[in-house]
Amino acid sequence: MNAMTEGYMTADGRKIGGVLMELKNITLRFGGVVAIKDISFDIRDGEIRAIIGPNGAGKSSMLNVISGFYTPTEGSVWFKGYQRGPMRPYQVAQLGIARTFQNIALFDGMSVLDNIMTGRLTLMKSGLLSQALWWGGAAHEEDEHREKVEKIIDFLEIQNIRKTPVGRLPYGLKKRVELARALAAEPKMLLLDEPMAGMNVEEKEDMCRFILDLNDEFGTTIVLIEHDMGVVMDLSDRVVVMDYGKKIGDGPPDEVRNNQDVIDAYLGVSHD
Amino acid sequence: MPDQLLFAMEVMLNGLMAGVMYALVALGFVLIYKASGIFNYAQGVLALFAALTLVGIQQGQVPFAHLINAVTGLHITHFGWTVPSALAILLTLGVMVALAIVIEKLVLKHLVNQPPIILFMATIGMAYFLEGFGDVMWGADIKKLDVGLPQGISETVESATDAMFGYGFFIDNLDIVATLVAVALVAALTIFSQYSKQGRALRAVADDHQAALSVGISLRFIWILVWSIAGFVALVAGIMWGSKSGVQFSLSLIALKALPVLMLGGFTSIPGAIVGGLIIGVGEKLFEFFAGPLIGGATENWFAYVLALVFLVFRPQGLFGEKIIERV
Ligand SMILES: Nc1ncnc2c1ncn2[C@@H]1O[C@H](COP(=O)(O)OP(=O)(O)OP(=O)(O)O)[C@@H](O)[C@H]1O
Ligand SMILES: [Mg+2]
Repeated sequence: MNAMTEGYMTADGRKIGGVLMELKNITLRFGGVVAIKDISFDIRDGEIRAIIGPNGAGKSSMLNVISGFYTPTEGSVWFKGYQRGPMRPYQVAQLGIARTFQNIALFDGMSVLDNIMTGRLTLMKSGLLSQALWWGGAAHEEDEHREKVEKIIDFLEIQNIRKTPVGRLPYGLKKRVELARALAAEPKMLLLDEPMAGMNVEEKEDMCRFILDLNDEFGTTIVLIEHDMGVVMDLSDRVVVMDYGKKIGDGPPDEVRNNQDVIDAYLGVSHD
Repeated sequence: MPDQLLFAMEVMLNGLMAGVMYALVALGFVLIYKASGIFNYAQGVLALFAALTLVGIQQGQVPFAHLINAVTGLHITHFGWTVPSALAILLTLGVMVALAIVIEKLVLKHLVNQPPIILFMATIGMAYFLEGFGDVMWGADIKKLDVGLPQGISETVESATDAMFGYGFFIDNLDIVATLVAVALVAALTIFSQYSKQGRALRAVADDHQAALSVGISLRFIWILVWSIAGFVALVAGIMWGSKSGVQFSLSLIALKALPVLMLGGFTSIPGAIVGGLIIGVGEKLFEFFAGPLIGGATENWFAYVLALVFLVFRPQGLFGEKIIERV
């Protein structure tokens, strides 16, 4: 029981904290479709938590519940020990939960730099009036944010495209810019929906390295949806497995890998 | 220089100034269209309403006087005070912001995720409602608007050009002021949109709603902001046009002048609205000057549309407009 509240040490020596978010009996319906059926699990502070499952299992829906884009039909979300009321996505973002999208949602008309700067909107203090009347302070603040953004640009190795309009970038780089924008918010929790989908091996390796590094350096909690099992096994501390909206497995990667239900789901064994 | 050429130059200058006025109205459309994909049919009425409110506040008119009198049997029309122009403009701006909040709360909020045509129709409803509401609030009579802008022909320009070419240009003082105001307005809007936190949020919303939400932007706040700015631009346009030709129903028809400007400049581009306005202004004045006498005049009523239509055939997205996407 103590481990539940106190956290644990990983094999590679990272310290995982107590429960940061708890999802209790989440059900999500779209008209007749039940995308999530009574699922409960928790996410610990500093953990890399993967959600896996076949297509249409409800993984993205789950992430959308966490990020406030969907309100669960039943069940409750607890963050830092408090039950979260119905929230709009922008309010969830202001709590320090940043995300990327399965189908990339960037501001195509803006430069890479501007895109990443939008990630800092929630951290900017200067309001409308102070910006209009007190240029000095607002400009100073802008500089500070710029500095932080440049660090992220360096970290993700995208210095050479910082002025390029995002719409012109190839897919793999777009994914990286989207991650940069999410990071710019200095999130407590980062939600990544298939961050490596459609990437080549080299791009995937880079992305894995970034995810591990930022978790290690900043202690960011990461919830990750991924189809590549190799990646999931390498990165994650614990894995939730979903199938047809239900949770069929939950635990460390090697434990989950040997779970019969999970093997069946992936091999397409018929359900009874 | 030959007289004909000088005269044409004067016409062109006047066209440029008229174009600035068109651009001012078009700007209001572009702002709202960019941020929310709504073609705001009510933009012209917004300018009328702003001008009516400004005159009403300035002259200490009792709002809804007609209604109050009819119900109570009183005969009040004015409070008996006048409000200085600068203060009246500020108060009117406050009314426009309040209007933006009401529009968001009563209309837009309930139409999230509706197709653009539904939103367009909602703005048609708003336009007619606001037109009637303005009448009820401030009365339907023609009003004179005077916020102290210089009137008449500019003597400076006249004497300067007279000294230069031996021919004095007739340029309206008001047109010169309008041009300066428009330039300042566009500069301010550009700085705001490029360098401020809210400006960046506004561009983000215009670009992608989902992504904007994910970085913590409240769409509703941005919509209120956009409609407030559109109200502000409407107020500026209302002041300029109202000072020129009085405040009356026809003021709302300036929207019809903005339409060809938008077709030319594109619905999504602020520079497009400016350049489009100038092209239309100069085009219609020059056309009237050269072709008017040949075909019997009154070309200004239709020339802008013909120009815009011809343009549309070759460049449907307008001069600076973004490429048309199937989603729109
Ligand atoms: N907005 C929505 N409206 C209606 N049905 C939806 C909506 N979003 C998801 N669904 C349905 O919910 C189910 C789960 O979808 P979801 O996108 O969560 O799956 P997923 O596990 O992310 O799949 P994939 O691996 O293909 O991304 C699907 O049947 C899907 O059609
Ligand atoms: Mg998905």
